[in-house]
Amino acid sequence: MTSYGLKQRFSSVVVYAFLGVMAFLSIFPFLWMVIGATNTTSDIIKGKMSFGESLLLNATTFFTQVNAPLIFWNSAKITIIATVLTLLISSLAGYGFEIFASRFREKLYTLMLLTLMIPFAALMIPLFMLMGKLGLINTHIAVVLPTVASAFIIFYFRQSTKAFPHELRDAARVDGLKEWQIFFLIYMPVMRSTYAAAFIIVFMTVWNSYLWPLVVLQSNDTKTITLVISSLGSAYYPDYGAVMIGTVLATIPTLFVFFAMQRQFVEGMLGSVK
Amino acid sequence: MSAISQRRMRPRFDVNGWLFVGPALALIATFMIFPVLHSLWMSFQTGLGMRLSFGGMKNIHRLFNDPLFFTALKNTFIFFLVQVPVMLTLALITASLLNNPDLKFRGLMRTAIFLPCVTSLVAYTVLFKSMFVANGLVNTVLINLGIVDTGIPWMTDPFWCRTMIIIAITWRWTGYNMIFYLAAMQNIDRSVYEAARIDGVPTWARFLHLTVPMLKPVILFTTVTSTIGTLQLFDEVATITGGGSAGGAAGPGNSALTLSLYIYNLTFKFAPNFGYAATVSYVIVILVAILSFLQFFAARERKA
Repeated sequence: MTSYGLKQRFSSVVVYAFLGVMAFLSIFPFLWMVIGATNTTSDIIKGKMSFGESLLLNATTFFTQVNAPLIFWNSAKITIIATVLTLLISSLAGYGFEIFASRFREKLYTLMLLTLMIPFAALMIPLFMLMGKLGLINTHIAVVLPTVASAFIIFYFRQSTKAFPHELRDAARVDGLKEWQIFFLIYMPVMRSTYAAAFIIVFMTVWNSYLWPLVVLQSNDTKTITLVISSLGSAYYPDYGAVMIGTVLATIPTLFVFFAMQRQFVEGMLGSVK
Repeated sequence: MSAISQRRMRPRFDVNGWLFVGPALALIATFMIFPVLHSLWMSFQTGLGMRLSFGGMKNIHRLFNDPLFFTALKNTFIFFLVQVPVMLTLALITASLLNNPDLKFRGLMRTAIFLPCVTSLVAYTVLFKSMFVANGLVNTVLINLGIVDTGIPWMTDPFWCRTMIIIAITWRWTGYNMIFYLAAMQNIDRSVYEAARIDGVPTWARFLHLTVPMLKPVILFTTVTSTIGTLQLFDEVATITGGGSAGGAAGPGNSALTLSLYIYNLTFKFAPNFGYAATVSYVIVILVAILSFLQFFAARERKA
C-alpha cells in the first residue's frame, strides 16, 4: 500500500499548498498597508516591501489634511446608532415573523424578502429627494434611517429563531411573563451568539458604507472616514503614504470588532444555516 | 392545549405580532417600497434637476440610443459573468478543503481567508490601486518570477483594468462566501463521506456529486446575493477610476464604467437628470429580477 500512502501524502501537500497560498494572499494586503504607512509615496509606488522611516511624516500629512477626530467621531456615531437600532428593530421583526401567526404573515414576509433584490441605485434619487424635503441633507440621521430596516438581518433572525427552544417560551408564559418581557428577558440573552454575528455584519456594513453617505453628506464637517479615504485615494496621483495612515485607522475598529466577537460569529452563522 | 385557551390566546398573539414586525415594516415601506415606486414614476419624466415633466417613452428612446449606457451595461455584464463564477468556485473549493477536521492550522487559515471582508470597499480598493501601479509591487513580482517580460498596463489598458478590478473583488468576497459554505457543511453527516470514500469514490467525484448537491440551497443563496452585489458594483470602480470625485472617463476607454457609476454620474456630476437616471436604475431592477428568476429556475430544474 505504499503507492496509496504516497498518493495520500502528495494530495495533502497540494491541499496545504493551496490553502497556504489562499491564506497568504488574503493577509498580504494588510501587511502591505502597515508597511506602506511607514514608507514615502515614491517608495510605495516602487513596491518597496520593507518598513521605512516615514511613519511620522505620513501621519503628520494625514492629520493636517484631515480633521481626524471629527471624522472618526462622525463614523463612530453613525455606526453605533445604526447598529443598535438595526439589531433591535430587525430582531423584533425576525422573532415576530417566526413566532406569531397571522393571516398575512407569509405574504408580507415574501414581499419583504423581495426588497432584498432592489438595487440601491433605484432608491438613491428618491431617497435623496425625500431627505431634501425632510431637511435632512448633511445630517447623520439621513445616513442612519434607510439602513435600520434590513430585510437581510430580519431574514437572518427569523432563520435563527427556529432554533430558539419553545419550551423556554412556554415556561415563561406559564410564569405569567408578557410577550415583550419574553423577548427582552429570555430571547435576547439566549440568542446572544446570533446577535453577535448580526452585530459584526451590520457594524462592518455601516462603518464601511460609501455610496449613500457620499450622496447625502456633502459638507466636510459631516463626512465619514470612508468618504475621506475615497477622496484622498481616488486622486490621479494620491499621496499613498498619507492614505495608508487613513486606511490603517479605518480598518482598526472593524478588525477589533471581528476578533473580539469571532467565536460568537462562527456560532451564530452555524445557527442560521441549520 | 384546550380549545378555550386557544381562543383566548389567538387575538392577543395577533396584536403582539403586529407590534413586533410593525416598526420594521413601516421603515421598509418608507425607505424601500415608496422610493422604488417613486423612481418607477420618475423614469417616465424628463427635465433638469427638480423641474420634471411627464415625458412618456422619451427616456426609453434615449436609453436605446445612448452609447455610454451600452458601455456601462457591457462592463457590468463582464464583471458579473467572470467574477461571480470564479469567486464562488474558489470559495466552494476552499470551504470543502477547510472542512476536514484533521487539518492542521484549520482555524487560523479560516480566519485568514475570511479577514478581507472586514476592510471597507474603498480602503481595499486604494490598497489594490497602490499595488498595481505601473512600476509597482505586482508588476515587479511578476517580472521577477519571469511570468511577464514587461509590466502589465493595469491602469491604462481596458482589459487589464477590468482584470485588476475582478482580482480585487474576488479578494474581498471569497472568504465571505466561504463562511456560508462552511456553515452549511457542518450539517452534512460525515458518515456519508466515509461511506463514499470506502467505496472508492475519488475526491473530485465526492466533491461534485455529494458536496455540491447537498449545498444547493446555500449555493443558490450566495449566487443570488453575489449577482445582486456585482450588478450594483460602485465603490470599487468609483475609487479606482476617480469616477466618484473627479470628472472624465471611468478608467481607460470607460472600461470601469458600471451601471451604478453611470447613474451616479447622471445624477450628481453631469447636468442632473433624475428622470433618465431613474430609467437606467430600472434596467438594474429588471436585470436582477430576471437573473434571480433564472437562477432559482436552474436550481429547481436540476433537482428534478
